Amino acid sequence: MVLATAETTTTLDFGPAVALSCRECGTRYPLGPSFACIECFGPLEVAYTWTSPGDGPAATVTRRQIEAGPANIWRYRSLLPVPSDVLTKRNLAPGWTKLVKADNLARELGLRSLHVKDDSGNPTHSFKDRVVAIALEAARTFGFHTLSCSSTGNLAGAVTAAAARAGLDACVFIPADLEEAKIVMASVYGGRLVGIEGTYDDVNRFCSELIGDPLGEKWGFVNVNLRPFYGEGSKTLAFEIAEQLGWRIPDQIVIPIASGSQLTKVDKGFRELIKLGLVEDKPYKIFGAQAEGCSPVAAAFKAGHDIVRPVKPDTIAKSLAIGNPADGPYVLDIARRTGGAVEDVTDAEIVDAIRLLARTEGIFAETAGGVTVGVLRKLAENGVLDPDAETVVLNTGDGLKTLDAVSAHARPTAVIRPSLNAFRTAVADNS
Amino acid sequence: MSVSVRIPTILRTYTDGASEVNGEGATLREVLQKLDADFPGIGARILDETGKIRRFVNVYVGEEDVRFADGLDTVTPDGVQISVIPAVAGG
Repeated sequence: MVLATAETTTTLDFGPAVALSCRECGTRYPLGPSFACIECFGPLEVAYTWTSPGDGPAATVTRRQIEAGPANIWRYRSLLPVPSDVLTKRNLAPGWTKLVKADNLARELGLRSLHVKDDSGNPTHSFKDRVVAIALEAARTFGFHTLSCSSTGNLAGAVTAAAARAGLDACVFIPADLEEAKIVMASVYGGRLVGIEGTYDDVNRFCSELIGDPLGEKWGFVNVNLRPFYGEGSKTLAFEIAEQLGWRIPDQIVIPIASGSQLTKVDKGFRELIKLGLVEDKPYKIFGAQAEGCSPVAAAFKAGHDIVRPVKPDTIAKSLAIGNPADGPYVLDIARRTGGAVEDVTDAEIVDAIRLLARTEGIFAETAGGVTVGVLRKLAENGVLDPDAETVVLNTGDGLKTLDAVSAHARPTAVIRPSLNAFRTAVADNS
Repeated sequence: MSVSVRIPTILRTYTDGASEVNGEGATLREVLQKLDADFPGIGARILDETGKIRRFVNVYVGEEDVRFADGLDTVTPDGVQISVIPAVAGG
Protein backbone atom coordinates (compact mmCIF):
# COMPACT_ATOMS: atom_id res chain seq x y z
CA MET A 1 0.00 0.00 0.00
CA VAL A 2 1.23 3.46 -0.86
CA LEU A 3 -0.52 6.24 0.97
CA ALA A 4 1.26 9.39 0.08
CA THR A 5 4.54 9.68 -1.72
CA ALA A 6 5.81 7.79 -4.68
CA GLU A 7 8.97 6.83 -2.81
CA THR A 8 8.61 3.37 -1.28
CA THR A 9 11.91 1.82 -2.14
CA THR A 10 14.05 -0.12 0.28
CA THR A 11 17.08 1.85 -0.90
CA LEU A 12 16.06 4.65 1.45
CA ASP A 13 18.34 4.85 4.46
CA PHE A 14 16.54 3.40 7.48
CA GLY A 15 19.62 1.94 9.17
CA PRO A 16 19.09 -1.72 10.03
CA ALA A 17 15.40 -1.75 8.96
CA VAL A 18 14.72 -3.73 5.78
CA ALA A 19 10.95 -4.03 5.34
CA LEU A 20 7.50 -3.69 6.84
CA SER A 21 5.84 -6.90 7.95
CA CYS A 22 2.21 -7.62 8.85
CA ARG A 23 1.96 -8.64 12.48
CA GLU A 24 -1.09 -10.80 11.69
CA CYS A 25 -0.25 -12.70 8.50
CA GLY A 26 3.44 -11.93 7.92
CA THR A 27 3.00 -10.37 4.46
CA ARG A 28 5.98 -8.12 3.76
CA TYR A 29 6.09 -4.70 2.11
CA PRO A 30 8.84 -2.24 1.16
CA LEU A 31 9.63 0.42 3.75
CA GLY A 32 7.12 3.18 3.11
CA PRO A 33 4.48 5.39 4.71
CA SER A 34 2.10 2.44 5.15
CA PHE A 35 0.43 1.08 8.23
CA ALA A 36 -2.14 -1.61 7.38
CA CYS A 37 -1.82 -4.92 5.55
CA ILE A 38 -3.63 -5.11 2.23
CA GLU A 39 -4.47 -8.75 2.89
CA CYS A 40 -5.94 -8.64 6.39
CA PHE A 41 -5.82 -5.03 7.69
CA GLY A 42 -3.32 -6.17 10.33
CA PRO A 43 -0.84 -3.59 11.64
CA LEU A 44 2.53 -3.35 9.90
CA GLU A 45 5.75 -3.49 11.90
CA VAL A 46 9.35 -2.71 11.04
CA ALA A 47 11.45 -5.78 10.20
CA TYR A 48 15.22 -5.67 10.73
CA THR A 49 18.23 -7.50 9.46
CA TRP A 50 18.04 -9.68 12.56
CA THR A 51 14.28 -10.37 12.35
CA SER A 52 14.51 -13.34 10.00
CA PRO A 53 17.28 -15.30 8.28
CA GLY A 54 18.26 -13.97 4.87
CA ASP A 55 17.50 -10.35 5.70
CA GLY A 56 21.17 -9.51 5.66
CA PRO A 57 24.00 -9.72 8.14
CA ALA A 58 22.82 -9.98 11.74
CA ALA A 59 23.50 -6.90 13.80
CA THR A 60 26.73 -6.86 15.72
CA VAL A 61 25.76 -4.35 18.34
CA THR A 62 27.70 -4.28 21.57
CA ARG A 63 27.05 -2.76 24.94
CA ARG A 64 30.24 -0.74 24.57
CA GLN A 65 29.07 0.81 21.28
CA ILE A 66 25.79 1.81 22.85
CA GLU A 67 27.40 3.17 26.01
CA ALA A 68 29.68 5.36 23.89
CA GLY A 69 26.65 7.04 22.31
CA PRO A 70 24.92 10.29 23.31
CA ALA A 71 22.73 10.56 26.41
CA ASN A 72 19.50 10.30 24.45
CA ILE A 73 17.61 7.71 22.38
CA TRP A 74 20.13 7.95 19.55
CA ARG A 75 22.56 5.82 21.58
CA TYR A 76 20.29 2.98 20.30
CA ARG A 77 20.26 4.16 16.69
CA SER A 78 21.68 0.86 15.46
CA LEU A 79 18.50 -0.80 16.80
CA LEU A 80 16.04 1.71 15.30
CA PRO A 81 14.61 2.49 11.82
CA VAL A 82 16.47 5.78 11.44
CA PRO A 83 19.04 7.11 8.95
CA SER A 84 22.67 6.28 9.65
CA ASP A 85 23.45 10.00 9.96
CA VAL A 86 20.66 10.74 12.45
CA LEU A 87 23.14 12.36 14.85
CA THR A 88 23.61 15.19 12.36
CA LYS A 89 19.86 15.97 12.11
CA ARG A 90 17.97 18.67 13.99
CA ASN A 91 15.58 17.06 16.45
CA LEU A 92 14.69 17.19 20.14
CA ALA A 93 16.99 14.26 21.05
CA PRO A 94 14.67 12.88 23.76
CA GLY A 95 15.25 10.00 26.12
CA TRP A 96 17.81 8.82 28.67
CA THR A 97 15.34 9.91 31.34
CA LYS A 98 15.87 9.02 34.98
CA LEU A 99 15.30 5.56 36.38
CA VAL A 100 14.55 6.56 39.95
CA LYS A 101 15.15 4.04 42.73
CA ALA A 102 11.90 4.38 44.63
CA ASP A 103 12.73 3.03 48.08
CA ASN A 104 10.15 5.13 49.92
CA LEU A 105 7.30 4.02 47.67
CA ALA A 106 8.59 0.43 47.77
CA ARG A 107 8.49 0.47 51.57
CA GLU A 108 4.96 1.85 51.54
CA LEU A 109 3.79 -0.88 49.15
CA GLY A 110 5.74 -3.72 50.75
CA LEU A 111 8.02 -4.25 47.73
CA ARG A 112 11.71 -5.07 48.00
CA SER A 113 13.03 -3.34 44.87
CA LEU A 114 11.15 -0.70 42.88
CA HIS A 115 12.18 1.82 40.23
CA VAL A 116 10.18 4.54 38.52
CA LYS A 117 11.10 5.23 34.89
CA ASP A 118 10.25 8.93 34.85
CA ASP A 119 9.55 10.11 31.30
CA SER A 120 8.27 13.48 32.46
CA GLY A 121 11.89 14.53 31.92
CA ASN A 122 11.58 14.51 28.14
CA PRO A 123 11.64 17.79 26.13
CA THR A 124 7.83 18.18 26.08
CA HIS A 125 7.41 16.31 29.36
CA SER A 126 5.99 13.02 28.13
CA PHE A 127 7.19 9.77 26.58
CA LYS A 128 5.68 10.87 23.26
CA ASP A 129 8.90 12.66 22.33
CA ARG A 130 10.47 9.21 21.85
CA VAL A 131 7.97 7.99 19.29
CA VAL A 132 7.74 11.32 17.50
CA ALA A 133 11.53 11.50 17.10
CA ILE A 134 11.50 8.26 15.11
CA ALA A 135 8.42 9.28 13.10
CA LEU A 136 10.02 12.64 12.32
CA GLU A 137 13.03 10.94 10.74
CA ALA A 138 10.67 8.77 8.67
CA ALA A 139 8.69 11.87 7.61
CA ARG A 140 11.87 13.59 6.43
CA THR A 141 13.08 10.50 4.62
CA PHE A 142 9.75 10.18 2.78
CA GLY A 143 9.75 13.89 1.92
CA PHE A 144 6.75 15.02 3.98
CA HIS A 145 6.69 18.71 4.87
CA THR A 146 3.72 18.64 7.26
CA LEU A 147 3.74 16.62 10.45
CA SER A 148 0.36 15.67 11.90
CA CYS A 149 -1.38 13.36 14.38
CA SER A 150 -4.53 12.50 16.25
CA SER A 151 -3.82 12.99 19.92
CA THR A 152 -5.08 12.99 23.49
CA GLY A 153 -2.73 15.93 24.09
CA ASN A 154 0.80 14.75 24.85
CA LEU A 155 1.41 13.58 21.31
CA ALA A 156 0.11 16.85 19.87
CA GLY A 157 2.66 18.83 21.90
CA ALA A 158 5.45 16.44 20.99
CA VAL A 159 4.60 16.76 17.28
CA THR A 160 4.36 20.55 17.19
CA ALA A 161 7.63 20.88 19.14
CA ALA A 162 9.46 18.37 16.94
CA ALA A 163 8.17 20.05 13.78
CA ALA A 164 9.30 23.44 15.08
CA ARG A 165 12.81 22.14 15.77
CA ALA A 166 13.01 20.41 12.39
CA GLY A 167 11.56 23.31 10.42
CA LEU A 168 8.47 21.43 9.24
CA ASP A 169 4.83 22.55 9.27
CA ALA A 170 2.51 20.98 11.82
CA CYS A 171 -1.24 20.43 11.96
CA VAL A 172 -2.49 18.35 14.89
CA PHE A 173 -5.94 17.21 16.02
CA ILE A 174 -7.21 16.73 19.57
CA PRO A 175 -10.54 16.31 21.37
CA ALA A 176 -11.67 19.88 22.07
CA ASP A 177 -12.20 19.30 25.81
CA LEU A 178 -8.63 18.37 26.78
CA GLU A 179 -6.74 19.65 29.80
CA GLU A 180 -5.80 23.34 29.43
CA ALA A 181 -2.06 22.73 29.83
CA LYS A 182 -2.02 20.22 27.00
CA ILE A 183 -3.88 22.62 24.72
CA VAL A 184 -1.36 25.36 25.53
CA MET A 185 1.61 23.04 24.96
CA ALA A 186 0.25 21.79 21.66
CA SER A 187 -0.23 25.33 20.34
CA VAL A 188 2.71 27.29 21.74
CA TYR A 189 5.22 25.69 19.36
CA GLY A 190 3.33 27.00 16.35
CA GLY A 191 1.58 25.12 13.59
CA ARG A 192 -2.15 24.51 13.57
CA LEU A 193 -4.05 22.92 16.45
CA VAL A 194 -7.58 21.76 15.63
CA GLY A 195 -9.99 20.78 18.39
CA ILE A 196 -12.54 18.17 17.36
CA GLU A 197 -15.91 17.96 19.09
CA GLY A 198 -15.84 14.36 20.23
CA THR A 199 -13.69 11.69 21.88
CA TYR A 200 -10.19 10.60 20.88
CA ASP A 201 -11.76 7.76 18.92
CA ASP A 202 -13.71 10.35 16.93
CA VAL A 203 -10.49 12.30 16.30
CA ASN A 204 -8.74 9.12 15.22
CA ARG A 205 -11.50 8.26 12.80
CA PHE A 206 -11.42 11.77 11.37
CA CYS A 207 -7.65 11.62 10.79
CA SER A 208 -7.91 8.18 9.21
CA GLU A 209 -10.37 9.63 6.69
CA LEU A 210 -8.35 12.81 6.21
CA ILE A 211 -5.31 10.80 5.18
CA GLY A 212 -7.29 9.28 2.33
CA ASP A 213 -8.40 12.70 1.13
CA PRO A 214 -6.39 15.07 -1.07
CA LEU A 215 -6.40 17.52 1.88
CA GLY A 216 -4.15 15.29 3.98
CA GLU A 217 -2.63 12.75 1.66
CA LYS A 218 0.75 14.47 1.53
CA TRP A 219 1.08 14.73 5.30
CA GLY A 220 3.03 12.56 7.67
CA PHE A 221 0.60 11.48 10.40
CA VAL A 222 2.97 10.15 13.02
CA ASN A 223 0.48 7.64 14.45
CA VAL A 224 -1.28 6.73 11.22
CA ASN A 225 0.77 6.41 8.00
CA LEU A 226 4.06 6.61 9.93
CA ARG A 227 2.86 4.31 12.70
CA PRO A 228 5.26 1.40 12.10
CA PHE A 229 8.20 3.78 12.61
CA TYR A 230 6.54 5.77 15.41
CA GLY A 231 5.85 2.63 17.42
CA GLU A 232 9.52 1.65 17.41
CA GLY A 233 10.30 4.71 19.54
CA SER A 234 8.69 3.04 22.55
CA LYS A 235 11.32 0.30 22.41
CA THR A 236 13.83 2.83 23.71
CA LEU A 237 12.04 2.69 27.07
CA ALA A 238 12.90 -1.00 27.27
CA PHE A 239 16.47 -0.39 26.12
CA GLU A 240 17.05 2.36 28.68
CA ILE A 241 15.49 0.47 31.57
CA ALA A 242 17.66 -2.57 30.86
CA GLU A 243 20.83 -0.52 30.45
CA GLN A 244 20.13 1.60 33.53
CA LEU A 245 19.62 -1.56 35.59
CA GLY A 246 23.09 -2.71 34.54
CA TRP A 247 22.07 -4.52 31.35
CA ARG A 248 19.33 -6.51 33.05
CA ILE A 249 15.63 -6.89 32.30
CA PRO A 250 13.46 -6.31 35.39
CA ASP A 251 11.40 -9.19 36.78
CA GLN A 252 8.15 -7.30 36.43
CA ILE A 253 7.03 -4.01 34.92
CA VAL A 254 3.77 -2.02 35.07
CA ILE A 255 2.88 -0.03 31.93
CA PRO A 256 -0.13 2.21 31.16
CA ILE A 257 -2.45 1.24 28.31
CA ALA A 258 -4.06 3.72 25.93
CA SER A 259 -3.94 2.08 22.49
CA GLY A 260 -1.62 -0.56 23.95
CA SER A 261 1.17 0.30 21.52
CA GLN A 262 3.70 1.29 24.17
CA LEU A 263 3.27 -1.93 26.15
CA THR A 264 3.70 -4.11 23.08
CA LYS A 265 6.85 -2.23 22.04
CA VAL A 266 8.46 -2.44 25.47
CA ASP A 267 8.01 -6.21 25.22
CA LYS A 268 9.47 -6.12 21.71
CA GLY A 269 12.44 -4.11 22.98
CA PHE A 270 13.20 -6.62 25.73
CA ARG A 271 12.97 -9.52 23.27
CA GLU A 272 15.32 -7.79 20.81
CA LEU A 273 17.89 -7.19 23.55
CA ILE A 274 17.75 -10.89 24.39
CA LYS A 275 17.95 -11.92 20.75
CA LEU A 276 21.00 -9.73 20.17
CA GLY A 277 22.71 -11.08 23.28
CA LEU A 278 22.83 -7.68 24.98
CA VAL A 279 21.07 -9.00 28.09
CA GLU A 280 20.62 -12.40 29.68
CA ASP A 281 17.55 -14.34 28.57
CA LYS A 282 15.20 -14.53 31.55
CA PRO A 283 11.47 -14.54 32.24
CA TYR A 284 9.74 -11.23 32.94
CA LYS A 285 6.13 -10.28 33.61
CA ILE A 286 4.35 -7.36 31.97
CA PHE A 287 1.34 -5.79 33.69
CA GLY A 288 -1.02 -3.33 31.98
CA ALA A 289 -2.78 -0.43 33.70
CA GLN A 290 -6.05 1.25 32.75
CA ALA A 291 -8.53 3.65 34.32
CA GLU A 292 -11.83 2.07 35.30
CA GLY A 293 -13.65 4.66 33.17
CA CYS A 294 -11.86 3.35 30.08
CA SER A 295 -10.79 -0.23 30.71
CA PRO A 296 -11.73 -2.35 27.71
CA VAL A 297 -8.44 -4.30 27.82
CA ALA A 298 -8.65 -4.96 31.56
CA ALA A 299 -12.26 -6.11 31.13
CA ALA A 300 -11.27 -8.51 28.34
CA PHE A 301 -8.34 -9.84 30.39
CA LYS A 302 -10.49 -10.49 33.42
CA ALA A 303 -13.22 -12.14 31.33
CA GLY A 304 -10.71 -14.37 29.55
CA HIS A 305 -11.57 -12.92 26.15
CA ASP A 306 -9.24 -12.54 23.17
CA ILE A 307 -11.29 -9.71 21.68
CA VAL A 308 -11.44 -6.21 23.14
CA ARG A 309 -14.92 -4.72 23.06
CA PRO A 310 -14.74 -0.93 22.59
CA VAL A 311 -16.16 1.39 25.27
CA LYS A 312 -17.11 5.07 25.53
CA PRO A 313 -14.47 6.60 27.83
CA ASP A 314 -15.35 8.52 31.00
CA THR A 315 -12.26 9.14 33.17
CA ILE A 316 -10.00 11.93 34.37
CA ALA A 317 -7.09 10.05 32.75
CA LYS A 318 -7.70 11.59 29.34
CA SER A 319 -4.36 10.56 27.88
CA LEU A 320 -5.45 6.93 28.33
CA ALA A 321 -9.04 7.53 27.19
CA ILE A 322 -8.96 5.43 24.03
CA GLY A 323 -12.13 3.36 23.96
CA ASN A 324 -11.12 1.31 20.94
CA PRO A 325 -7.49 0.35 21.56
CA ALA A 326 -5.99 -0.99 18.33
CA ASP A 327 -3.23 -2.98 20.04
CA GLY A 328 -5.53 -4.34 22.76
CA PRO A 329 -5.45 -7.96 21.51
CA TYR A 330 -1.65 -7.92 21.55
CA VAL A 331 -1.62 -6.56 25.09
CA LEU A 332 -3.80 -9.51 26.14
CA ASP A 333 -1.39 -11.92 24.43
CA ILE A 334 1.65 -10.39 26.14
CA ALA A 335 0.11 -10.18 29.61
CA ARG A 336 -0.90 -13.84 29.38
CA ARG A 337 2.33 -15.06 27.78
CA THR A 338 4.54 -13.40 30.38
CA GLY A 339 2.35 -14.31 33.37
CA GLY A 340 1.33 -10.69 33.95
CA ALA A 341 -2.15 -9.17 34.18
CA VAL A 342 -4.21 -6.12 33.21
CA GLU A 343 -5.86 -4.18 36.04
CA ASP A 344 -7.76 -0.92 36.43
CA VAL A 345 -8.33 1.75 39.08
CA THR A 346 -11.02 4.34 39.80
CA ASP A 347 -10.58 8.08 39.32
CA ALA A 348 -10.32 8.48 43.11
CA GLU A 349 -7.56 5.87 43.21
CA ILE A 350 -5.77 7.71 40.38
CA VAL A 351 -5.70 10.94 42.39
CA ASP A 352 -4.56 9.08 45.52
CA ALA A 353 -1.77 7.44 43.54
CA ILE A 354 -0.57 10.76 42.07
CA ARG A 355 -0.30 12.12 45.60
CA LEU A 356 1.33 8.91 46.87
CA LEU A 357 4.09 9.07 44.25
CA ALA A 358 4.62 12.79 44.85
CA ARG A 359 4.68 12.36 48.63
CA THR A 360 7.05 9.39 48.66
CA GLU A 361 9.43 10.09 45.77
CA GLY A 362 9.08 13.74 44.79
CA ILE A 363 7.75 12.81 41.35
CA PHE A 364 4.61 14.61 40.17
CA ALA A 365 2.89 12.39 37.62
CA GLU A 366 0.07 13.26 35.27
CA THR A 367 -3.11 11.23 35.50
CA ALA A 368 -1.70 8.40 33.34
CA GLY A 369 1.11 8.01 35.90
CA GLY A 370 -1.54 7.98 38.61
CA VAL A 371 -3.26 5.12 36.80
CA THR A 372 -0.03 3.15 36.59
CA VAL A 373 1.06 3.71 40.19
CA GLY A 374 -2.52 3.06 41.32
CA VAL A 375 -2.51 -0.27 39.52
CA LEU A 376 0.96 -1.03 40.95
CA ARG A 377 -0.47 -0.47 44.43
CA LYS A 378 -3.56 -2.57 43.73
CA LEU A 379 -1.51 -5.46 42.31
CA ALA A 380 0.83 -5.32 45.32
CA GLU A 381 -2.08 -5.27 47.79
CA ASN A 382 -3.81 -8.15 46.00
CA GLY A 383 -0.65 -10.25 46.04
CA VAL A 384 -0.49 -10.40 42.24
CA LEU A 385 2.96 -8.76 42.15
CA ASP A 386 5.84 -10.68 43.65
CA PRO A 387 7.02 -8.42 46.50
CA ASP A 388 10.57 -9.78 46.30
CA ALA A 389 10.98 -9.32 42.54
CA GLU A 390 12.68 -6.35 40.90
CA THR A 391 9.85 -4.07 39.73
CA VAL A 392 9.70 -1.08 37.39
CA VAL A 393 6.72 1.25 36.96
CA LEU A 394 6.43 3.84 34.17
CA ASN A 395 5.52 7.47 34.64
CA THR A 396 4.81 8.69 31.13
CA GLY A 397 3.98 12.35 31.71
CA ASP A 398 4.28 15.44 33.90
CA GLY A 399 1.68 16.31 36.57
CA LEU A 400 1.81 19.97 35.56
CA LYS A 401 -0.19 18.95 32.48
CA THR A 402 -3.13 17.66 34.53
CA LEU A 403 -3.21 20.01 37.52
CA ASP A 404 -7.00 19.99 37.71
CA ALA A 405 -6.99 16.35 38.77
CA VAL A 406 -5.33 17.16 42.09
CA SER A 407 -5.87 20.90 42.55
CA ALA A 408 -8.74 20.38 45.01
CA HIS A 409 -6.53 18.16 47.18
CA ALA A 410 -3.27 20.12 47.06
CA ARG A 411 -3.83 23.47 48.80
CA PRO A 412 -1.83 25.65 51.21
CA THR A 413 -1.59 24.26 54.72
CA ALA A 414 -2.53 27.70 56.05
CA VAL A 415 -2.83 31.30 54.88
CA ILE A 416 -1.63 33.74 57.55
CA ARG A 417 -0.41 37.26 58.12
CA PRO A 418 3.43 37.54 58.11
CA SER A 419 3.78 37.29 61.88
CA LEU A 420 5.34 34.73 64.18
CA ASN A 421 2.27 34.68 66.39
CA ALA A 422 0.03 33.92 63.44
CA PHE A 423 2.32 31.09 62.40
CA ARG A 424 2.44 29.73 65.98
CA THR A 425 -1.34 29.69 66.00
CA ALA A 426 -1.50 28.02 62.60
CA VAL A 427 1.07 25.40 63.63
CA ALA A 428 -0.84 24.76 66.84
CA ASP A 429 -4.07 24.36 64.88
CA ASN A 430 -2.42 21.84 62.59
CA SER A 431 -0.39 19.93 65.16
CA MET B 1 -31.83 2.03 0.99
CA SER B 2 -29.31 4.02 -0.99
CA VAL B 3 -26.15 4.77 0.98
CA SER B 4 -22.60 5.96 0.32
CA VAL B 5 -19.54 3.97 1.35
CA ARG B 6 -16.16 5.59 1.97
CA ILE B 7 -13.36 3.30 0.86
CA PRO B 8 -9.96 3.32 2.65
CA THR B 9 -6.88 3.77 0.51
CA ILE B 10 -5.81 0.14 0.82
CA LEU B 11 -9.09 -1.08 -0.75
CA ARG B 12 -9.25 1.39 -3.62
CA THR B 13 -7.64 -1.08 -5.99
CA TYR B 14 -11.02 -2.84 -5.89
CA THR B 15 -12.99 0.35 -6.67
CA ASP B 16 -10.77 1.57 -9.50
CA GLY B 17 -9.36 4.25 -7.23
CA ALA B 18 -12.73 5.63 -6.09
CA SER B 19 -12.70 6.90 -2.50
CA GLU B 20 -16.47 6.78 -2.23
CA VAL B 21 -19.03 4.52 -3.93
CA ASN B 22 -22.79 4.12 -3.87
CA GLY B 23 -24.31 1.20 -1.99
CA GLU B 24 -27.65 -0.47 -1.37
CA GLY B 25 -29.15 -2.33 1.57
CA ALA B 26 -31.33 -2.07 4.66
CA THR B 27 -28.56 -3.33 6.95
CA LEU B 28 -24.76 -3.20 6.95
CA ARG B 29 -24.68 -6.88 6.03
CA GLU B 30 -26.78 -6.22 2.92
CA VAL B 31 -24.68 -3.19 2.00
CA LEU B 32 -21.48 -5.24 2.21
CA GLN B 33 -23.02 -8.05 0.14
CA LYS B 34 -23.99 -5.58 -2.57
CA LEU B 35 -20.55 -3.94 -2.35
CA ASP B 36 -18.89 -7.31 -2.92
CA ALA B 37 -21.17 -7.99 -5.87
CA ASP B 38 -20.22 -4.64 -7.42
CA PHE B 39 -16.52 -4.93 -6.57
CA PRO B 40 -15.70 -8.65 -6.36
CA GLY B 41 -13.27 -9.56 -3.59
CA ILE B 42 -13.69 -6.46 -1.45
CA GLY B 43 -16.00 -8.25 0.99
CA ALA B 44 -13.31 -10.77 1.95
CA ARG B 45 -10.99 -7.92 2.85
CA ILE B 46 -13.49 -6.45 5.32
CA LEU B 47 -14.92 -9.73 6.70
CA ASP B 48 -12.93 -12.72 7.91
CA GLU B 49 -13.44 -16.38 6.98
CA THR B 50 -16.28 -16.72 9.53
CA GLY B 51 -18.14 -13.72 8.13
CA LYS B 52 -17.31 -11.38 11.02
CA ILE B 53 -15.81 -7.91 10.65
CA ARG B 54 -12.01 -8.32 10.80
CA ARG B 55 -10.62 -7.28 14.17
CA PHE B 56 -8.41 -4.54 12.74
CA VAL B 57 -11.22 -2.96 10.72
CA ASN B 58 -13.55 -0.32 12.13
CA VAL B 59 -16.85 0.22 10.34
CA TYR B 60 -19.00 3.28 11.02
CA VAL B 61 -22.62 3.86 10.02
CA GLY B 62 -22.94 7.63 10.18
CA GLU B 63 -21.01 8.64 13.30
CA GLU B 64 -21.48 5.34 15.12
CA ASP B 65 -18.98 2.48 15.37
CA VAL B 66 -21.14 -0.53 14.52
CA ARG B 67 -19.64 -2.43 17.45
CA PHE B 68 -21.71 -0.08 19.63
CA ALA B 69 -24.78 -0.75 17.49
CA ASP B 70 -25.88 -4.10 16.07
CA GLY B 71 -22.74 -5.03 14.18
CA LEU B 72 -23.53 -6.37 10.72
CA ASP B 73 -27.25 -6.09 11.53
CA THR B 74 -26.94 -2.33 12.07
CA VAL B 75 -29.70 -0.55 10.13
CA THR B 76 -28.47 1.66 7.28
CA PRO B 77 -30.98 4.50 6.73
CA ASP B 78 -31.40 6.05 3.30
CA GLY B 79 -28.60 8.50 2.53
CA VAL B 80 -26.35 7.49 5.43
CA GLN B 81 -22.57 7.45 4.98
CA ILE B 82 -20.67 4.27 5.84
CA SER B 83 -16.95 4.42 6.55
CA VAL B 84 -14.49 1.53 6.54
CA ILE B 85 -11.29 2.43 8.40
CA PRO B 86 -8.20 0.48 9.47
CA ALA B 87 -7.68 0.49 13.24
CA VAL B 88 -5.06 3.03 14.31
CA ALA B 89 -2.92 2.99 17.43
CA GLY B 90 -1.32 5.78 19.38
CA GLY B 91 -2.50 8.97 20.96
